[in-house]
Amino acid sequence: MAVDKTRNTHGTNRSMAPVISVANLSKTYASGFQALKGINLEIQDSEIFALLGPNGAGKTTLIGIICGIVNPSEGAVSVAGHDIIASYRAARSMIGLVPQELATDAFETVWATASFSRGLFGKKANPAHIEKVLKELSLWDKKDSKIITLSGGMKRRVMIAKALSHEPQILFLDEPTAGVDVELRKDMWEVVRALRASGVTIILTTHYIEEAEQMADRIGVINHGELILVEDKDELMRKLGRKQLTLNLHNRLAAIPPGLEGRGLELSADGSELVYTYDTRAQRTGITTLLKDLSAAGITFRDLNTTQSSLEDIFVNLVRQSK
Amino acid sequence: MNLYAIKAIYLFEMARTWRTLMQSIVSPVLSTSLYFVVFGAAIGSRIAEIDGVSYGAFIVPGLVMLSLLTQSIANASFGIYFPKFVGTIYELLSAPISPLEIVLGYVGAAATKSVILGLIILATAGLFVPLRIAHPFWMIAFLVLTATTFSLFGFIIGIWADGFEKLQVIPLLVITPLTFLGGSFYSVSMLPPFWQTVTMFNPVVYLMSGFRWSFYDIADVGVGVSLAMTLAFLASCLGIVWWIFRTGYRLKA
Repeated sequence: MAVDKTRNTHGTNRSMAPVISVANLSKTYASGFQALKGINLEIQDSEIFALLGPNGAGKTTLIGIICGIVNPSEGAVSVAGHDIIASYRAARSMIGLVPQELATDAFETVWATASFSRGLFGKKANPAHIEKVLKELSLWDKKDSKIITLSGGMKRRVMIAKALSHEPQILFLDEPTAGVDVELRKDMWEVVRALRASGVTIILTTHYIEEAEQMADRIGVINHGELILVEDKDELMRKLGRKQLTLNLHNRLAAIPPGLEGRGLELSADGSELVYTYDTRAQRTGITTLLKDLSAAGITFRDLNTTQSSLEDIFVNLVRQSK
Repeated sequence: MNLYAIKAIYLFEMARTWRTLMQSIVSPVLSTSLYFVVFGAAIGSRIAEIDGVSYGAFIVPGLVMLSLLTQSIANASFGIYFPKFVGTIYELLSAPISPLEIVLGYVGAAATKSVILGLIILATAGLFVPLRIAHPFWMIAFLVLTATTFSLFGFIIGIWADGFEKLQVIPLLVITPLTFLGGSFYSVSMLPPFWQTVTMFNPVVYLMSGFRWSFYDIADVGVGVSLAMTLAFLASCLGIVWWIFRTGYRLKA
């Protein structure tokens, strides 16, 4: 669990001053659609924050406002203490953005487009830095290729290279691995981890719960424009990460046998299955005792299986509840 | 002032010009040369002099102006429309740059390209007809002012357009007719009195007249009026651009 180790050591170094602070942020589009409803959120320095939510939940709008692409209707956002509207230069020069859509200047070369981004963000040309970024993203041998000749995954990397060209302290990755193959996705995770290790704060949105589970320090769940949860990922997994043991019974039961109630057992509607919910992180799961007691009560079973609730289940449950 | 950003945008746009050399330089020069062959040499020799200037020479400022207007609009409108169309505008909006810097980069590059083009066309014209430039300073001043103004106008069209059709419709249906009817190929005094009055509502007349005055000292309206009208148009374009960025019109959700 090398990942967990780095996370822990990192966690102790993390300063508690929020690098991004979102206060009471709302957005209503001209169509009347309310994309964000009074969002309050603080992103800590050098953390990886994963924003989860179904399509249309408001993830991209939230990122858009922080980065200056969408005008907020109400509320305020500050980046390292700089208001994003009053001190937009100071705020924006700290941020790198990789949007969801693949949008590139097709006829430019990789090198030219990355250098262009650096200039746009007010930084003096620095070929050594561009070289470093391109090498880290395995784009170095493509530096003189026109972007139009690159594959989709390569274009995604080019967009990341553009965002990193001006040495941002905060990186927004909006669905960075959408439509990217497994190999490349793993590469990108490595890049993101290396960036975090170098002190960059990363905010990512994703559809792949696995990604958030693997990468994030903290997780925020957004639905219908409201943040329904912000939680340390490990905490979240611990709180909600339950395992279930399902026993397929030989003989149907009408009710949970006396003496076995109150132990987290549930009987399926047709009485053919007993479901036992337990916490894998607890000292004792109680499985051995349960099985002994069941056998003592003369209950036999044909088959059994266990399922662990993943972040995905947690997420689906949360989103369902918030409807 | 984010000078690096202005430079980045300017160089990006100029690089696009060199990359599309055929359509951005060669084709306007070719079409202008055709005008000279037809109007200057073939038909022009049968047309009487206008105010002591041969017809071929008379139309030179008009042809330069025609290219200047259409190319300024085309360059600047495409320059800003394309990032909107392909989505790369996100970077411009999220960068630490002010609207003024964006405009300086895009409009500056479009205007530069138009001025270069205007000078190339002028040089081409010199191959067909004897050129005389009475007021070189004012000639350059009108060239730069007009290129800047219409690049700004093109920038506005590029922001307003939400499809390629809209990008074409103003140059095609408004600017080209106004230029042809704005005294590019004739003197306003050659029109019947009624149309002379009507033509005074055409802003291109003022640009044309001032520009031609800088060549041959002949003008339809006073050169001061020409200059004032050009500056007024420049100011209104600046006003609209300022409003666009203040409201985020067609740029931000």
